[in-house]
Amino acid sequence: MKKTEPLIFELSRPGRGATAQHPPIAEAGLPPALRRRGRLPLPEVSELQAVRHYTRLSQLNFGIDTQCYPLGSCTMKYNPRACNAIAMLPGFLGRHPLAPAATGQGFMACLFELQEMLRHVTGMQAVSLTPMAGAQGEFAGVAMIRAYHRARGDGARNEIIVPDAAHGTNPATASMCGMKVREIASRPDGDVDLAALEQALSPATAGIMLTNPSTLGVFERNIVEIERRVHAAGGLLYYDGANLNAILGKVRPGDMGFDVIHMNLHKTFSTPHGGGGPGSGAVGVGPRLAPFLPVPVVAQEGGRYRWLDERDLPQSIGRLSGFMGNAGVLLRAWAYMRILGAAGMRRVAEYSTLNANYLLARLVEAGFDAAYPGRRASHEFIVTLKRQARETGANAMDFAKRLLDHGYHAPTTYFPLLVPECLLIEPTETETREELDGFAEALAAILREAATDVATLKSAPHTMPVRRLDDVRAARQLDVAWKPAAA
Amino acid sequence: MPYIPHTAADVRAMLDRIGVAGIDDLFDEIPPALRVDALPGVPEGLPEMDLSRLAAERAAADGARLNFIGAGAYEHHIPAPVWQLVTRGEIYSAYTPYQAEASQGTLQIMYEFQSMITALTGMDVSNASLYDGASALAEACLMAVRAHRHSQSARILMPATVNPVWRRVARAITEGQGLVVEELPYDPARGTTDLQSLERHAGTDLTALVVPQPNFFGQLEDADALTRWAHGNGALVIGAVNPLALALVAPPGEWGEGGADVAVGDGQPFGVPLSSGGPYVGFMTSRLEHVRQMPGRISGRTVDADGRTGYTLTLQAREQHIRRGKATSNICTNQGLLMTAATIHLALLGPVGLERVASACARRTRELVAALTAIPGVREAFAGPRFHEAALLLDRPVAPVLEALAAAGIVGGYDLSRDYPELGHALLVCATETRTSADIERYARALRGLLGRRSAA
Repeated sequence: MKKTEPLIFELSRPGRGATAQHPPIAEAGLPPALRRRGRLPLPEVSELQAVRHYTRLSQLNFGIDTQCYPLGSCTMKYNPRACNAIAMLPGFLGRHPLAPAATGQGFMACLFELQEMLRHVTGMQAVSLTPMAGAQGEFAGVAMIRAYHRARGDGARNEIIVPDAAHGTNPATASMCGMKVREIASRPDGDVDLAALEQALSPATAGIMLTNPSTLGVFERNIVEIERRVHAAGGLLYYDGANLNAILGKVRPGDMGFDVIHMNLHKTFSTPHGGGGPGSGAVGVGPRLAPFLPVPVVAQEGGRYRWLDERDLPQSIGRLSGFMGNAGVLLRAWAYMRILGAAGMRRVAEYSTLNANYLLARLVEAGFDAAYPGRRASHEFIVTLKRQARETGANAMDFAKRLLDHGYHAPTTYFPLLVPECLLIEPTETETREELDGFAEALAAILREAATDVATLKSAPHTMPVRRLDDVRAARQLDVAWKPAAA
Repeated sequence: MPYIPHTAADVRAMLDRIGVAGIDDLFDEIPPALRVDALPGVPEGLPEMDLSRLAAERAAADGARLNFIGAGAYEHHIPAPVWQLVTRGEIYSAYTPYQAEASQGTLQIMYEFQSMITALTGMDVSNASLYDGASALAEACLMAVRAHRHSQSARILMPATVNPVWRRVARAITEGQGLVVEELPYDPARGTTDLQSLERHAGTDLTALVVPQPNFFGQLEDADALTRWAHGNGALVIGAVNPLALALVAPPGEWGEGGADVAVGDGQPFGVPLSSGGPYVGFMTSRLEHVRQMPGRISGRTVDADGRTGYTLTLQAREQHIRRGKATSNICTNQGLLMTAATIHLALLGPVGLERVASACARRTRELVAALTAIPGVREAFAGPRFHEAALLLDRPVAPVLEALAAAGIVGGYDLSRDYPELGHALLVCATETRTSADIERYARALRGLLGRRSAA
């Protein structure tokens, strides 16, 4: 296999083209003053050249379909092909979003069922499917919290509490909503420090953003107490659904007392990650926030479906997307949930947790240190390489890069920030025991190599299309677009 | 167990290795009072075959109508290779390229996308996509506030000719940061931003002016004049463009003297199906000096340890996973799959194909407008040049007409009366290169039949 591929622009020759794709010549009829001057600098290649180029580029990637991809907090599990086939049915693909609702009853039936299923698995009162990614779901959640306090004349509440283990989007979202961020520490056992929480709570508290199980890979055992204290202080509780996979059908955020939750449908409900999107960040709310949901929302009235908009929900935080969110992603999530059903939902939590705890046990046997020994792993867990880094000089990044040579995508590295030299590992329920064994053996082999030949580790990867890249040069000598050579 | 590979023997061996009796023991840190045993309200699972049949029935009930709506989402021919390549597992099932060495395919496609979008817009730099055009406009407003060195007002002038939903999204997303979005009226004769109305803002502290091209009515704005006015009055210019139109009309990078400062839009016309509204693919471009204020992923070309060319995520210090509360945005992901579709689509069309598609759209829309305005009771709302959409005025309310057309299998356009009540019974129609003369004739015949009856209104 070729390891590198030129840019599509470098394959271009003037006068060439994928001519089967060209419609006949037509006159645009625009006044010359408005016209674009000069030739559009796009590549001119044959159809085969384009097909070969993008096929070759795809072969330079790791994906779930080719490799175990245990990226912590990302839930890289199998994306069933059935879900793709269903979302790509011509009747769904060809429908214009603004076509009358009468011509979209089948599509809307699927979305209504998805809303209902998500409502039940999370224990929330109402769901909006419109946010287009987890980060936008977070935005919707915090914007609703802000709108709630303002509607009550309590608009001075402008602080969001975030544990130090939180994903970077949590504080970034709070800032986007004009909120101040108060970070609180976690205890050595991974739970939130209740004393720190108590100190942070004040009449300025708008709410708290929690992930449970947390990004430390453990279930927050004090959740009932946290809920009591935050609500008593007048704040609301936001559930970051990044790790919902771990508890599906076992415990519901609504029952834990959360007022709002976002779900990453591309994680828990297995829609494809697509090289970085599209995601979908559906939000669920309890009774306090239901009036503020982003629109549109699907309603069922007398056996027909219709969109609820700003006229139906006058206190809504408004619209977040040009139409109704990432409809094709929603259809894939609907199909996934319908195939799995209620029993399948619970199995997701059970087998992802089984796989994580098994892999953790194997890695501890192989000489690795759990960051939170004595705690159960959720669907993911953290190994800290602090000791190995000190003893051998090989750090978490070196282990991660060397794993690529063994044919495994690396786990999440250096996140959460509070655990030094960490690997956050999430195997997911769709991996076999043999695959987990192989991963554990690969990490064990790298550990042995760290003791005998650390140079090989420090310079890994050795079998990828490229070796380690010069990130400093990429930022300093910025080259982010191909430009035609000056004539 | 759908998609779960464990045999009974696997489970037994794994539990033994962990040292617990059963899977339930792994959940023993969850307070017992919170645990649930069942999920009433979630139906039982279905085999793939049964679900496929249910879905096919629903899709068939919705499908195959003759579409004449644009209004922000456009029906174009998508070359067959696009989605056959996009759904290759190595693209479809990969994630954000955190491990660059194992993601060179995704990173190079991002770089090619950025290159194609800068080529189309005439701007210096592009990110690797945002969620959609509407949210990209909201992010552009926030970016302008960060990028403007002198303006303190966070005031954005927003023409009423910008897509009304995009305007609402911009408001919803920027409100928390205190942005003030002020609407600009349009010239009722031409359906373009009223240049006179700008004068009352002259000399005030302005952050940016949004310039749509073409605008929501399909009309082409005088982007040069708007850009000159904004720059002459100390405001940045944010272009909000249909990228397909840029195959024909002057791109934002060439507007006025210095060009726009930021330009955004939705890449949906490039290889992305209508799909009931998403996922689409927003893009954002800017002048080089503002790149550090740009949100979203950016791929950069660099070299590896052996000096070989490679690609990596760059300028990550702008992003939430590094800067947390001080990031340029909370955005993590781009629209990778759709960005890939757009890149392949543009590679297949090339400069010649793209210009022909754009020209064919303009021509079909002229033909559609001529056919419909030949019907008594239908006339054009606005004079002046346009791309591939047109606002028409009917002699009666639009909604019942659209319903009757839908019953005849024709999706006849978008009712403008809610967002622009001042226009009266206004309908926005669109014909792309996918509409034939026979399609247009069919629409005209149906509309003539409907309007020929005595109006109930």
